Amino acid sequence: MTLTKMDIVKNVRHSVRFKNRRKSAQQYLFPELNCTFLSQKRANELVNSLFETIKQTLAKGENVVISGFGKFQVKFKWTRKGRNPHTGEMIILKSRRTVTFKTSPKLKEKLNMQAHRHDKT
Amino acid sequence: MNKSQLIESLANAEDLPLKKAEDIVNTVFSDMEKAIVRGERVEIRGLGSFKVKNYEGYKGRNPKTGEIIEVSPKRLPFFKVGKELKERADVY
Repeated sequence: MTLTKMDIVKNVRHSVRFKNRRKSAQQYLFPELNCTFLSQKRANELVNSLFETIKQTLAKGENVVISGFGKFQVKFKWTRKGRNPHTGEMIILKSRRTVTFKTSPKLKEKLNMQAHRHDKT
Repeated sequence: MNKSQLIESLANAEDLPLKKAEDIVNTVFSDMEKAIVRGERVEIRGLGSFKVKNYEGYKGRNPKTGEIIEVSPKRLPFFKVGKELKERADVY
């Protein structure tokens, strides 16, 4: 299974709720009406906006650090000689800037704790 | 930029209360984290995708002392940059 943006949007809709400002008579009877869900469209907008902010920051050359998750870093790579793996031809790879991800030690630990559990079962 | 700055800029851009922006950012990343821990792939179009790679154990050496050490098998997330972000980050 792949987690896509659609799944994330769905989850945001489920877990983030806004309180209703006005209280109608109905709400005293049904407390679940106190909250409104985000609309699909709005949730989608917000998630897009979040990823857009991350992309903009990285495009500026600034790193994005999410504690407990990892770090998105912009790295500069120098020009180097390479080979076309298909034809064996020599090519020059231009210097470029690229984004790398460094996993937080916390996440690494979680991932490997899980792995041991799998081995046992 | 760290998480709290990210939250702030989301709140400003979308005219949200700070608390709600925080909830959203936390939900998004904990979702991604959970999927990775389960060993699932995460794909965000335009940003990139995460895949969990299994590494086998091997005998390594401590580069300082030359001592032989056993490196146990491990799982690590691997991030592949999405096309859009790749192009936008590469300003040269």
